[in-house]
Amino acid sequence: MTLAIDKDRSRASDELPNPSKKIGVPKEIVSGERRVAATPATVKKLQKLGFEVLIENGAGDGANFSNEAYQAEGCEIVNTATELWARADVVLKVQPPQDHPNGQHEADMLSADKSLISFIWPAQNQPLVDRLSNRHATVLAMDAIPRISRAQKMDALSSMANIAGYRAVIEAANQFGRFFTGQITAAGKVPPAKVLVIGAGVAGLAAIGAAKSLGAIVRSFDTRPVVKEQVESLGAEFLELTFEEDGTGSGGYAKTMSPEFIAAEMELFAEQAKDVDIIITTALIPGKRAPLLITKETTELMKPGSVIVDMAAEQGGNCAVTKPGEVHVHNGVTVVGITDFPSRMASQASQLYGTNLYHLLSDMGGSDDYKIDFEDEAVRGALITHAGEVTWPAPRKAPPPAPPAPAKPAPVAAVEPEEKKSSGTVKALGVIALASGVVAIGLSAPPSFLSHFTVFILACFVGWQVICNVSPSLHTPLMSVTNAISGIIIIGGLLQLQGSAGVAWSATTVLGAIAILVGTINISGGFLVTQRMLKMFRK
Amino acid sequence: MSNNLVTVAYIAAIVLFILSLGGLSNQETAKRGNFYGMAGMALAIGATAFGAGITNYGALVAVIVPGVVIGAFLASRVEMTEMPELVAVLHSFVGLAAVLVGIGNYLQTPTDMGTGLVGAEETIHMIEIYVGVFIGAVTFTGSVIAFGKLKAIISSKPLTLPGRHLLNIGLLVGTVALGFVFMGAEGTAGLPALLGMCGVAGLLGAHLVAAIGGADMPVVISMLNSYSGWAAAAAGFMLSNDLLIVTGALVGSSGAILSIIMCEAMNRSFISVILGGFGQGAASGGSGSTAPGGEATSATVEDTVELLNDASSVIITPGYGMAVAQAQHAVADITKILRDRGVNVRFGIHPVAGRLPGHMNVLLAEANVPYDVVLEMDEINEDFGETDVVLVIGANDTVNPSALDDPTSPIAGMPVLEVWNAANVIVMKRSLSVGYAGVDNPLFYKDNTQMLFGDAKANTSAILAEMQKTAKVPAMAGAR
Repeated sequence: MTLAIDKDRSRASDELPNPSKKIGVPKEIVSGERRVAATPATVKKLQKLGFEVLIENGAGDGANFSNEAYQAEGCEIVNTATELWARADVVLKVQPPQDHPNGQHEADMLSADKSLISFIWPAQNQPLVDRLSNRHATVLAMDAIPRISRAQKMDALSSMANIAGYRAVIEAANQFGRFFTGQITAAGKVPPAKVLVIGAGVAGLAAIGAAKSLGAIVRSFDTRPVVKEQVESLGAEFLELTFEEDGTGSGGYAKTMSPEFIAAEMELFAEQAKDVDIIITTALIPGKRAPLLITKETTELMKPGSVIVDMAAEQGGNCAVTKPGEVHVHNGVTVVGITDFPSRMASQASQLYGTNLYHLLSDMGGSDDYKIDFEDEAVRGALITHAGEVTWPAPRKAPPPAPPAPAKPAPVAAVEPEEKKSSGTVKALGVIALASGVVAIGLSAPPSFLSHFTVFILACFVGWQVICNVSPSLHTPLMSVTNAISGIIIIGGLLQLQGSAGVAWSATTVLGAIAILVGTINISGGFLVTQRMLKMFRK
Repeated sequence: MSNNLVTVAYIAAIVLFILSLGGLSNQETAKRGNFYGMAGMALAIGATAFGAGITNYGALVAVIVPGVVIGAFLASRVEMTEMPELVAVLHSFVGLAAVLVGIGNYLQTPTDMGTGLVGAEETIHMIEIYVGVFIGAVTFTGSVIAFGKLKAIISSKPLTLPGRHLLNIGLLVGTVALGFVFMGAEGTAGLPALLGMCGVAGLLGAHLVAAIGGADMPVVISMLNSYSGWAAAAAGFMLSNDLLIVTGALVGSSGAILSIIMCEAMNRSFISVILGGFGQGAASGGSGSTAPGGEATSATVEDTVELLNDASSVIITPGYGMAVAQAQHAVADITKILRDRGVNVRFGIHPVAGRLPGHMNVLLAEANVPYDVVLEMDEINEDFGETDVVLVIGANDTVNPSALDDPTSPIAGMPVLEVWNAANVIVMKRSLSVGYAGVDNPLFYKDNTQMLFGDAKANTSAILAEMQKTAKVPAMAGAR
């Protein structure tokens, strides 16, 4: 078992075996992309891993992070992209490599011994993957990180989807001409907005949460019955078809459903469209066109002023009338087809994406132990090209067919019954012994003893009843008070002082006097320390 | 004062004692409860001193005044972390007093008593003396050993002599045998047997407590508390004094209940705790179960502060380690800063955390943590799932998941704080070593757990300093 702490120590000693690696963060060049792969906060974490960080001039402008903010964290600002790509050992980006305005393709700026980590979308970008592999560089795709629980902290798709879901509600609210929450005002009653979220993945759940907290009535539909609980936990209603088919696919996505199911589903949506004010669709199937869920006819059933936010616009759209990248009005219904939700919240998105990158780099060993570990499922999954070879898709180990049902703690009661039985016999024996003892006392003891005995037993029961209700936080004061009270034993000492009026000091009185002395220490000490303790307890 | 008046005063004292214990059952009435106790005690002593024909007031004042002064001195000086030691030493005084009263009573010749008991009454009186002295002696030496263990003068490891159960039985047999010698003796001729029995009982008490390990101390302390009560009750029987009987029984049963509560919290039987030796056999049992795999992730103080800065709900679960390191003040200040920022900070206290029942509550109260955020295990266990950060400070077995999911674990079935359900767990601990139960803790190797190694006080103080720094630059926190 190796401990990470050992690593920390060696680093702290300032005698690094090799100079620290440089991370380069270029300015994103895709138009409209405002995110950046590192923020001042994540830069600090990267430095803790031992990296030196280079930032291209103005890289954080779109996300409101100034050059000065990076410099304040100890980053070097590099003027041109060419210089940055040349100097950095590891380049962190958001968008896949593109043609740079300086005339070069970003992929060509990447040389053999370097690494690039960004979104790549290898399935859609085969030529890019080939181009990168020809450069003999190491490329990791953030979109290919396997969706296993250990890799959740690196899962950029989830963090972006979370932002997108929230933003989708905000965009809908922006287009919607009414309150989300119901109100009763002096000027009349305002009904709450009704929102239907189709697809309860990360984005869908984020949208449900956001819409709910704005006060809307939220309903949700998903083909995977397992998400019902999650939907309901956010306070939304889970719509169900009376149709038996489980749509759970692998990797947290849904699979394509049978035609009968889709027909029933469409009917449900048409029904809902007449009632709800806002529909947010998030349905995606990996590697395929997004399923068509809202037909032109369904759209036309909606009330004028309603809004549809189609979060699948980039993959073809869940709604028939969506125009990707645009907001337009179809028959009185505003259809939002924008595709850059995360970029619209560039600051937040950069922070989360940067943290995902940090976790990946931390997993890869930081600066000192930076390596590509083919055994690491997360790294292997994300690895697209390495040493001139295309390594994507990674050989599937055992793809989780469905999110496993939460494991219930194993029953531990297995050994208990036996113990119970034995303690039962002990108890029975105890009762018998007690009963025979009481009988013996009743037969032999004189009446004076019996009256004391009665008092004793009654007092035991009173004590039991009184103490049972003591709050556990007061156990210590209770203990010291009962301790003080048990100092009552000095009464015994006092009584021994009585008989010896004539003789000043007999053995009995001396013993009695010592007993009184120690007993008194007990009484005053116990009561006073209790007093001190109780004074401390305050609300 | 007439005898009847004394009896009435005794009845009033008894009522006050019952009210006192009842008052301590919740925070609002606890202080009043303590005053009732004091009043009851003053009444009882006063009535006895002025009513029972005592003339030797000089001697009385000469012993009571120093006693009160010493007690008050101890009470005002003791550190709250040392409460278990104080309670143990006070128990030993009660035991000692019981022994002295018993022997003194035996030495009083029947003519002094003026009653002259005969037949069965005399036999019973003799048995009462014998039993009273026995309980007193066990309490005395047991408390002294407990004190030594808590003060770390004596190793807190359980002493496991070969055949220790046989030794205990032998000592009990010796006690009974000496009892027959004692009962057979005329006048005060039984004194050697009585003193011999004191020695045997003392040995028994010492050995019983020596065999119990450090973390079972809450049970031992409350058990000794119970014994001291029974000793007082036995003294009441021998002096035919109902006040002593009732008070002793009240204390005795209260101590017994506390012991049982502690044992239930550890899912162990009272007998197995009393017979001691836990943690020895457990080691062999533990090795048979699967050792937790994986790597423990270590965290720095900065990481911890960052997590705390981002958290909206935090639960702190302290253990004995916090008491040892005296970290409660720094913990309280961290709590205050977080609460001022609107973070929901609460404490989860395991019933057997610390070395005294309710020890953690007292320490936190001393550090000015409001008691309404200090919750019991049962109250808080369900909330861990909605908690961002859990700080485990110097606790181990009380947060060990194998108690729930590993039926072969020695602590299987013990209720524990389910901290691992939270999003992040920071464990402050010196090392990855096993806890008192000798069981490895899989919590340390969980993905959401980070270890902050080092002394709890140094670490909490560093966290506090870092948080005070960040508190002054709220813009930083806002940017995150």
